[in-house]
Amino acid sequence: MNGPASILLIGCGALAREIIWAIEKNNWGHMELTCLPADLHNRPQHIPDAIRAKIRAAKATGKYSDIFAVYGDCGTGGLLDKVLEEEGVARIGGAHCYEFYAGSTVFEAMAEEELGSLYLTDYLVRFFDRLIIKGLGLDRFPHLRVDYFGHYKRVVYLSQKADNGLLEQAKAAARRLDLEFVHRPTGIGGIEMFLKSFPVRASEEGSERVLQEA
Amino acid sequence: MAENDGQVDGEDDVVLAELNDADLVAQMHDDLYDGLADEIAEGTNILLQRDWEPYKVLTEALVEGMRIVGIDFRDGILFVPEVLQSANAMKAGMAILRPLLAESGAPRMGKIVIGTVKGDIHDIGKNLVGMMMEGAGFEVIDIGINNDVDAYLTALDEHQPDILGMSALLTTTMPYMKVVVEALKEKGIRNDYIVLVGGAPLNEEFADNVGADAYCRDAAISVEIAKEFMSKRQGSAAAVGMAAQ
Repeated sequence: MNGPASILLIGCGALAREIIWAIEKNNWGHMELTCLPADLHNRPQHIPDAIRAKIRAAKATGKYSDIFAVYGDCGTGGLLDKVLEEEGVARIGGAHCYEFYAGSTVFEAMAEEELGSLYLTDYLVRFFDRLIIKGLGLDRFPHLRVDYFGHYKRVVYLSQKADNGLLEQAKAAARRLDLEFVHRPTGIGGIEMFLKSFPVRASEEGSERVLQEA
Repeated sequence: MAENDGQVDGEDDVVLAELNDADLVAQMHDDLYDGLADEIAEGTNILLQRDWEPYKVLTEALVEGMRIVGIDFRDGILFVPEVLQSANAMKAGMAILRPLLAESGAPRMGKIVIGTVKGDIHDIGKNLVGMMMEGAGFEVIDIGINNDVDAYLTALDEHQPDILGMSALLTTTMPYMKVVVEALKEKGIRNDYIVLVGGAPLNEEFADNVGADAYCRDAAISVEIAKEFMSKRQGSAAAVGMAAQ
């Protein structure tokens, strides 16, 4: 540890493991993480207010010199960025975690290659049953698979860690949705680059709060 | 079925044909809420056999039932899977009514071309809106998913609708709505259409920014907004007609 935490990261729960991994790997003891529930992914309209509440609670402690959001826009249609701008908090660049894991250029190429791609991360593979199957009601109404995924062609598994168990689970998820399977290892480089940028970016960019990292 | 058959506990097993009209319609509202497609098809047929006009079956049994579903979705009591179940049940009724409605010359509210924008393959919301619009008496031309400007312009030219509806689920695709609206402006036809936009990440501010006429938060609201605009449009047309006389 490098001393007491002075930077607070507010992240999506779906990224918690990877953010902690990055912090520990790089010995960034000055960073502390707090997360919002990952299932807000299915209810993104609640994300901006939930983030605002976290930011204000953190500011009230007087404990942090800076706060950053490790969150994609995640379907908030720009409302998350509006809240972050009002609160003076920067976030990692990208529309969603798939983009900052894969990197914008690679992600755009994948989307162009096949628009009907369902992206899974380690987290989404690990909790596929809870978030996708139960979250979309497919456990109760399996026939709705066509309504949800009728236009999808493939699952693209963006893996953060090399883990054969997760890889097999991801393949099983694709079979369950009757989709083709593609594996693209990404690691956590996108998150690391963002966290590494803090000391310079935070002081240099001032009000230009959204950092384009991915 | 013999009397009381299947009613061991005195509940659940309702024989639709034995209900009077009011109770049958109320039961169909419940069945729509529960997403029971077979029961909705059966109830629809029973009402038709009782000489109900197809339009009356549509509005009083199906659309009213879906209105209730829409309210509970808006209030967070029902969620997307349940609404999809209800929609599929309504489709079962619509499949029976659609040809009859065409024959019987049911009232037409207007015509809408609706499609998901370029880069986006999501159509659950669009399909719900299309179904509710059809239920409300609109002629719906659904041009599907991943529509570029040319696809929209071609559909508008071919079908000459009153309304253009655009849908997007992704933050990354919703800006394309502005591209379409700008293309309409460039061609000088923007004001020929009521432009409605919808989709989970959208909001009213966004709709204003892209130059749409209105943001539609959900399927039920879409119908209300479309009716309101059509009413204004018809009022304007009448006023222009009177002024010309």
